[in-house]
Formats: sequence, structure tokens, C-alpha cells
Amino acid sequence: MAFVTRGFHGRQRDSAEAGRLPPGQYIVSGFPVLSAGPTPHTALSKWSFSIEGEIDTPKRWTWDEFQALPKENITKDIHCVTKWSKFDTMWEGVSLDTLLDGVDTAAEYVMAFSDGGYTTNIPLEDLRDGKAWVAYQYNGEPLEAEHGGPARLLVPHLYFWKSAKWVRGLRLMMDDEPGFWEMYGYHMYGDPWREQRYSGD
Amino acid sequence: MFDVPGWGGHRAGQHVDVRLTAPDGYQAQRSYSIASPPEDGMRVALTVERLDDGEVSSFLVDDVRTGDEIELRGPIGGYFTWDVRDGGPLMLIGGGSGVVPLMAMVRHRAAAAAPVPARLLYSVRAIDDVIYHAELDRIAAADPTFMPTLTLTRAQPPGWTGLHRRVDADMLEQAVWPAADAPRVFVCGPTPFVESVADILVQLGHAPQHIKTERFGPTGG
Repeated sequence: MAFVTRGFHGRQRDSAEAGRLPPGQYIVSGFPVLSAGPTPHTALSKWSFSIEGEIDTPKRWTWDEFQALPKENITKDIHCVTKWSKFDTMWEGVSLDTLLDGVDTAAEYVMAFSDGGYTTNIPLEDLRDGKAWVAYQYNGEPLEAEHGGPARLLVPHLYFWKSAKWVRGLRLMMDDEPGFWEMYGYHMYGDPWREQRYSGD
Repeated sequence: MFDVPGWGGHRAGQHVDVRLTAPDGYQAQRSYSIASPPEDGMRVALTVERLDDGEVSSFLVDDVRTGDEIELRGPIGGYFTWDVRDGGPLMLIGGGSGVVPLMAMVRHRAAAAAPVPARLLYSVRAIDDVIYHAELDRIAAADPTFMPTLTLTRAQPPGWTGLHRRVDADMLEQAVWPAADAPRVFVCGPTPFVESVADILVQLGHAPQHIKTERFGPTGG
């Protein structure tokens, strides 16, 4: 139902953004913070990462065990459903391919779960083949709590609410279920290139 | 203020997406909190703070005229919301233009004449930055169960006897019902404000799930 807004011309467009900026997004240089409640602060001695649910032998790593896993440097554009995008964000973390290695499951979906009770649902195949990480460094520094530290999920090809902050594990599920924002009307999948912001998009 | 034919109603605290379209098809979208209460029916009010480099906010503040048509989508967001049936006590803590969704709750509560005790702690830099000043005073004068408190963090007018510092632990301990009363707490403002207030509230013993936050980041919009 788009119609031309009287008097609106918009700012000058940067051709370098073309093809790299999903529809309806704009570029920021800062790193905005969005969370629904207080920021949890989890001691590293109490932190662990688990894979559970539809799996015969659940997996679990302590912080030290997690740090000993092969790590990767990741540079990706990120896109928040609140319209901002940020190019070339730099992270360090563990690939989900490493964490899911050897996991034999009939599950097709996961529910990521976090300290503070946050959850978000993602198809399992979106976490495989070099598309997702658990990141614990940002710009060469330990990830700050307000941005999801000690560790957050990083699934940059989906809107950023899918990159769960303060992530503590994945629950493997046979069927798709809505997570926190998905229950409040946000899209079950969240592809920024198809502008899947809200349910029905 | 928009007349929105077919508006299906909203809950206080929700927002809308505003989409502007240029003649060449270029579009810009931003989210703005709804300032009006659900009781206003198909009339929806937004309060927009003009950001100097904000291509949408500056257009809405400077260029929109009465009678213009603007594309809205919403209501959006179902978590940072309050309805009188949710009960209280209701504790609202706003920084700057973060007061906008809280004002929708204040107006909803007043429109519904709900006897839910409510307090608003509202932090701004200077008295001229206070949005809805007269209306807040009017609601408070008519309703002893609503108590707004201002703190002016940078500049105070002559004779100002109210709070004049940033929100801190002492202020929150004074202003907020004790955790034992399980107030429903809504915090909205710039990220550092929200982070600080929410951290202090947790330290004061408030359950994290009773503290709902919305952050207005410097997102250039």
C-alpha cells in the first residue's frame, strides 16, 4: 500500500549501500542496545553452554571447556528489526558446526535459551554450514554484558533478535515453537532480505 | 496526531512503524511509541523527538502538515505494555523522550479512572525538556494516587526545590515501592539510563521479570 509521502525526499543515498542494505534498513555506526529487561550478569564460573532436547546424550561445556574449542574470527553485517543495520561487525567465537559436530538428531528446530529467560526459535539448518556462532568477543574485547556477554548467539543472516544475548544453550525440537519476541508478534523466521519483521510478513 | 481508519486498538506502551516514501521509491522507516491511550479510539498520537540527523524525525517535526497522509503500521510490541487489568502498583521511570510510552500508560490509567496507585519518576536535563508538563500536573492534581516526580539533571530554574541529579540508588529507593510490594516497573530512556536504573532495581531486590525495559538508542533515526 506504499504511496508517495508529500514532501519527503530522504537523505542522499550512498550507492555503496546498494545491494548490501536490506529493505527498510538504515546504517548506524554505533551499536544500539535492545533488551526487554535488566541485563543479567552471570559469573564465568557459573556459566555453561548446553545442547539438550531431542538428543540422546546432551552436551555441555563449562566456560573453560568452551574457550578451548576451535575459535573463528567473523566479520559480518548485522540487521536489527528496529531498522538499523551495522556493516562489518567483528566477532570471535565458536562455530555452531563445531558445537553440533556429531550431534545426531531428528530435530529440525532449536530454541535458544538465555540467562534472564529470553528464548528465540531458529531452524536447525540455519545454524549449520558456517552460518552461526556463539560469540564471546566483539572488536577484540570480551563481549560486554549489555551486548549479550559473556556470550551471545550470532546468526547474522537473520534479524538480530535471533542472535540471542546471554545465550546458555540450545534445545533441539521436532516442531517449530515461538520464542520470546515471536510470541509477541514478531516473525517466526526473520529474514531481513524478505523483510520478515512481524507475523504475516 | 493521526486519524487511522480501521485502527484495531492498541495497548499502552506499544509502538508503530512509520514509513515514508520518496517520489523515486526510496523508503525510510522508523518506530515511534504511541503516546495516546487506547481510549482514544481511531485517533493515534505520536510524540516525536527531532534528531538533527534524523531523516524521519526531522521530516515529521518540520515538514508534515495537517491533512498529510502518512503510512503507519501497528500496533507493534506486546511486552512493554500495561493495561489497568494488569494491576499495580505501577512504577514508571523515564529518561528524556523515553517518557512517551509511559505517558500512554498514565493517560490510559486516567481515562479508565483506575484506582491503581502509580508513580512516575521522570529525568530530564532541564525544565524546558519536560514533555506533557501541564498535563502531568493536571492529572496529579485530580488524582492523589498518581504521583509524578521530576529530576532535573543539568539545569534548574531559580527556586527549584525538587530533585536535581541523575537517577541513582538513593533516589530509586525513595521513589520506588519496596520489592515486597511487587510493583510493575517500566523503564524507558536512553540505553545508559535504562541499564543503570535496571541494574540498581535488581540490586534493590526487585525481580528481573517485574522490570520491563525499552531503550531509546542513538540510532540516528
